[in-house]
Amino acid sequence: SAIVTVRDALNQALDEELERDERVFLLGEEVAQYDGAYKISRGLWKKYGDKRIIDTPISEMGFTGIAVGAAMAGLRPVCEFMTFNFSMQAIDQVINSAAKTCYMSAGSISVPIVFRGPNGASAGVAAQHSQCFAAWYAHCPGLKVVSPWSSEDAKGLLKASIRDDNPVVMLENELLYGVPFEMSEEAQSKDFVVPIGKAKIERQGTQVTLVSHSRPVGHCLEAAAVLAKEGVECEVINLRTIRPMDIEAIEASVVKTNHLVTVEGGWPQFGVGAEVCARIMEGPAFNYLDAPAVRVTGADVPMPYAKILEDNCIPQVKDIIFAVKKTLNI
Amino acid sequence: MRKMLLAALSRVLQGPAATAAAAGRTASRVMVASRNYTDFANEATFEIKKCDLHRLEEGPSTTAVLTREEGLHYYKTMQTIRRMELKSDQLYKQKIIRGFCHLYDGQEACCVGLEVAIKPTDHVITAYRVHGFAYARGVPVRTILAELTGRKGGCAKGKGGSMHMYTKNFYGGNGIVGAQVPLGAGIALACKYFGKNEVCLTLYGDGAANQGQIFETYNMAALWKLPCVFICENNRYGMGTSVERAAASTDYYKRGDFIPGLRVDGMDVLSVREATKFATEYCRAGKGPILMELQTYRYHGHSMSDPGISYRTREEIQEVRSKSDPITLLKDRMINNNLASIEELKEIDVGSSTDISACCPQAAPQAPLGLVAHLGAL
Repeated sequence: SAIVTVRDALNQALDEELERDERVFLLGEEVAQYDGAYKISRGLWKKYGDKRIIDTPISEMGFTGIAVGAAMAGLRPVCEFMTFNFSMQAIDQVINSAAKTCYMSAGSISVPIVFRGPNGASAGVAAQHSQCFAAWYAHCPGLKVVSPWSSEDAKGLLKASIRDDNPVVMLENELLYGVPFEMSEEAQSKDFVVPIGKAKIERQGTQVTLVSHSRPVGHCLEAAAVLAKEGVECEVINLRTIRPMDIEAIEASVVKTNHLVTVEGGWPQFGVGAEVCARIMEGPAFNYLDAPAVRVTGADVPMPYAKILEDNCIPQVKDIIFAVKKTLNI
Repeated sequence: MRKMLLAALSRVLQGPAATAAAAGRTASRVMVASRNYTDFANEATFEIKKCDLHRLEEGPSTTAVLTREEGLHYYKTMQTIRRMELKSDQLYKQKIIRGFCHLYDGQEACCVGLEVAIKPTDHVITAYRVHGFAYARGVPVRTILAELTGRKGGCAKGKGGSMHMYTKNFYGGNGIVGAQVPLGAGIALACKYFGKNEVCLTLYGDGAANQGQIFETYNMAALWKLPCVFICENNRYGMGTSVERAAASTDYYKRGDFIPGLRVDGMDVLSVREATKFATEYCRAGKGPILMELQTYRYHGHSMSDPGISYRTREEIQEVRSKSDPITLLKDRMINNNLASIEELKEIDVGSSTDISACCPQAAPQAPLGLVAHLGAL
């Protein structure tokens, strides 16, 4: 195995998929000659040239529409948003053109496109650059939405997304780009793909189920380590895919642990955690809950700038521990 | 005497709906042509309006040759679209078609002129006023009407409706004003990428022409020299807002700025054809995008919810109908230049009406859609 940062894992995935299928191409702001705003596409323009790696002007609505049209006509674009905050400029193309066309055309036109980029909170970038779009995109039929945490997630999900014939929204996280993770031999192979729609149990446990996605998965594991010392064994589920959600994995876990805490970076109202709780209530696992499910989320405010304020607007390890203890009544 | 000598039975070719409708036809529909077909001219040459040009040294030819065969084909296609739209009007008023229904009657010369100038391997995308384009690109009338009436056999299996019709190399059918323009440039990007010398006709209206995303698209199409023919179908009104009230500059063919443009008489199928040939040749030569403004007119309101007379006068509509109707224009040209007979064209008129009526729910009741099978599945 090797230690690989999320950034390098994404870079490898792009390189391998560009090589594998000549219909794949990358477009977005600064992806080519700048090597990517966050260096995810480092070296790719040098290797593949102008035809495959395309720098766009600052025209999200325009270039996203162009990418979607190219997908309709048989190419397999990867459309990068410098951050998903800017995708709001183009959201009509993502939803009305990409997500809905396969259905509206009764399957005759497919849109094999990947929209990817950093999502959610970063560090000190303030309100307009820190929003989480998981709930927004996962709300829409016609889209698949994935949210990697580890390098293995990042590489495997990006490869799976590019190979998927549906429009896929891949929500990365800027703070994770530089984080190194161990990657197995298998995960480093060119054919390694993480299936979309399957969650991963990152840590086995018996007393409480922690469900999370993206960066907060790491916080859940930290919280689990602290709680283990106090004799509480947490099962940590890394969703990996937001839509279609692997609710069966969560149900199986809740049946075992009888307690549920969801953890996400996004705002509390109408979010990913709300969806998990609703589905658990509607399904067989409800009867196994010994306490109401609890959500740990970002604070219901636009993200402030100052560090002390920002730190208290995102789920911290102590918030997760607090929620677990409240659920377990300890 | 001459008539008798030249009398010959002739069956005018009817087209794809023929076999289905033929069963309902009576013997009286077999017309006796009053003249032998060799009496007609094979072709004629017509003067067409010179196009206004923007950043172009020369424009399309000011003469167009029309063969008899072409003329009959254009006539039949335009008449079929006209009758199909009028039938849709009826069906909508009977509440058999629901929701939005944007009719194309008056604008037939545009979609027909475009189609006959391009190849089936070229690509077309437009907005929501789509029935004419769907037919021109090969979707049968039967499946268009089945789709509109939400019945089995609809071209989008009931999932799309009036605004979302698709077929090979025809990408709809797009409801969000202006959104189809970047899509079209993306299709053009794919054309360039694959290197098969195909182009994409990307249509939008005078209303959409003020959308910001269109200007973003002009920029990228020009930067990357995409083989995209931008086409503004200017029918003078964006819903109820006249062009003068919506645009600081109504010279839509110039709005592409650095993109060369031409303004075309959209009521003349030959003008549209020649301009499209010119424009597609420009793109295929690798010179980048080009912009055509087709000056046209819609007889109906914006949609079936709009009577179309609160923002324009009945006199204006009537004037266009009497002086510039695209079908009448072609008909007169053909008659006056001995390319066809009045009877022959009348036969086409009646034939297309019959064929369309035969596709209607009352005449040929298609089965209603099955719910469970269709709701979630494609």
